Amino acid sequence: MALLQIDNLTVQFETSTGWFKAVDGVSLSVEKEEVLAIVGESGSGKSVAMLAVMGLLPWTAKITADRMLFEGRDIQNISASERRALIGKDIAMIFQEPVASLNPCFTVGFQIEEVLRVHMRLDRRARRARAIELFKQVGLPNPEERLNSFPHQMSGGQCQRVMIAIAIACNPKLLIADEPTTALDVTIQKQILDLIMALQAKNGMGLIMITHDMGVVAETADRVVVQYKGKKMEEADVLSLFENPQSNYTKALLAALPENAKGDRLTTVSDFFDGNPEPAPSVAGLNGASA
Amino acid sequence: MSNDTSGNIMLELRDIKRDYELPGGLFKPKKTVQAVKGVSFKLERGKTLAIVGESGCGKSTLARMITFIDEPTAGELLIDGNKVDTRPGHLTADMRQKVQIVFQNPYGSLNPRQKIGDVLGEPLAINTDMPASERRDRANLMLTKVGLGPEHYNRYPHMFSGGQRQRIAIARALMMNPKLLVLDEPVSALDLSVQAQVLNLLADLQDEFGLTYVFISHDLSVVRYIADEVMVMYFGEAVEHGTREEVFSDPKHEYTRTLFKATPKADVDSIRARVAAKKAGKAA
Repeated sequence: MALLQIDNLTVQFETSTGWFKAVDGVSLSVEKEEVLAIVGESGSGKSVAMLAVMGLLPWTAKITADRMLFEGRDIQNISASERRALIGKDIAMIFQEPVASLNPCFTVGFQIEEVLRVHMRLDRRARRARAIELFKQVGLPNPEERLNSFPHQMSGGQCQRVMIAIAIACNPKLLIADEPTTALDVTIQKQILDLIMALQAKNGMGLIMITHDMGVVAETADRVVVQYKGKKMEEADVLSLFENPQSNYTKALLAALPENAKGDRLTTVSDFFDGNPEPAPSVAGLNGASA
Repeated sequence: MSNDTSGNIMLELRDIKRDYELPGGLFKPKKTVQAVKGVSFKLERGKTLAIVGESGCGKSTLARMITFIDEPTAGELLIDGNKVDTRPGHLTADMRQKVQIVFQNPYGSLNPRQKIGDVLGEPLAINTDMPASERRDRANLMLTKVGLGPEHYNRYPHMFSGGQRQRIAIARALMMNPKLLVLDEPVSALDLSVQAQVLNLLADLQDEFGLTYVFISHDLSVVRYIADEVMVMYFGEAVEHGTREEVFSDPKHEYTRTLFKATPKADVDSIRARVAAKKAGKAA
């Protein structure tokens, strides 16, 4: 049984010109202890699909799916209280902007202990011990002192470590990381990715890595889903995706990597492809016109 | 110029420094932050120098000094062989015209209430006494040069995508026919496919106008693609400087090596190695 299984998920928003499909019939599944990367450019619906799973979309969004199962249990039509018990405990999420996703008014210690209080019902002393243990796990120096720090007193990389500590506080079965390193420097990115991967292996979590960076995909994923304009373009294990991409969009993406530049020019996903409703135009057309 | 080599140098920095003073409080003494601690380099005409480093290493401060936004605390700045008097009020219009900058965030660097045509015409309106009709022609010409069209002249910034906005920012910088263009992380806010388009555009414009680029980036794969020379900065100092081949094939400084090691590798061999290592780890 898959850890998370989504069949034919569609998310729509109402606009002045009718319903806009942010996610259009996407199906995916994550096994236990598997790392799935969802890759796509901005507007491809990769974050929206996962926010729909988490139930974090505003009420204006119309979410339909044939099936949305977590450990075989339906998570589409559950009550708000059931969802609250599940989210943050069994399914946890790390967001892109670490500094913005922490509450600036409370110490990071308070914020991590809040999770432990709500979900694990630990007493004060146990909470503090667990918080220190978690901070040690994510490699924050002086964890006892750090608990009393406010987010603005820490660097972006440290805030992201706190976010990871909060996410793994209740030993989730599934961790969703939404562009966890986009706002960080290359050297810090490496540390954070290594940390997430180490925790994933140690705790045996399922991990969904949402990213637009092919480098991050190459370094972390077991399996990859490529999304474009709300539709799934391709799904493959990481090696075959890079070695032998099937969809033209994936080919174009890989060709656009600066390290894959042939001669002086970079191949681009051309503008005509942008306006084309057909998701798989010929490769020749892709390479032909560059803007 | 007195000799050939100096005539071919577009930009020269001699031991440029920049300190920022943090004001003290009642119990807090004044503090001086040395953002740039003495950087020197020469850059030839028509070449691209990439400046790499993590946030807070002083690379943007350096860009601000080259474009006269910030005044250096010490050191000399030579542009086109002429020493620049960087004191406020002493800068000639001629100097300002030679150096232009493109900022990182195309959403923040365009005035939302200004039409694109006015965005492009403004540098000319301020710096020259060109009639409005000629400014309009020039703006339309520049729009086509950066891959947009005259139909975009009367639109507002919010009507454009991130990549298009970055094209507009580049067009604005080119309106004064500069010789030196400072690009402060011009593609880091853009998607991969759009990034490729903008990089191609920059390469085309460099050929067409004979531009010299100072390209600030933290993405080594982009740097490797676009740069002729690479300078690595670390805590306000230039720890490594050389041609692209020198720096990428044989990094001397410890920090440069750390940087290379940290950059994700997207080639098939390293993925295969990683997948194999993971399988082995699971079996054990």
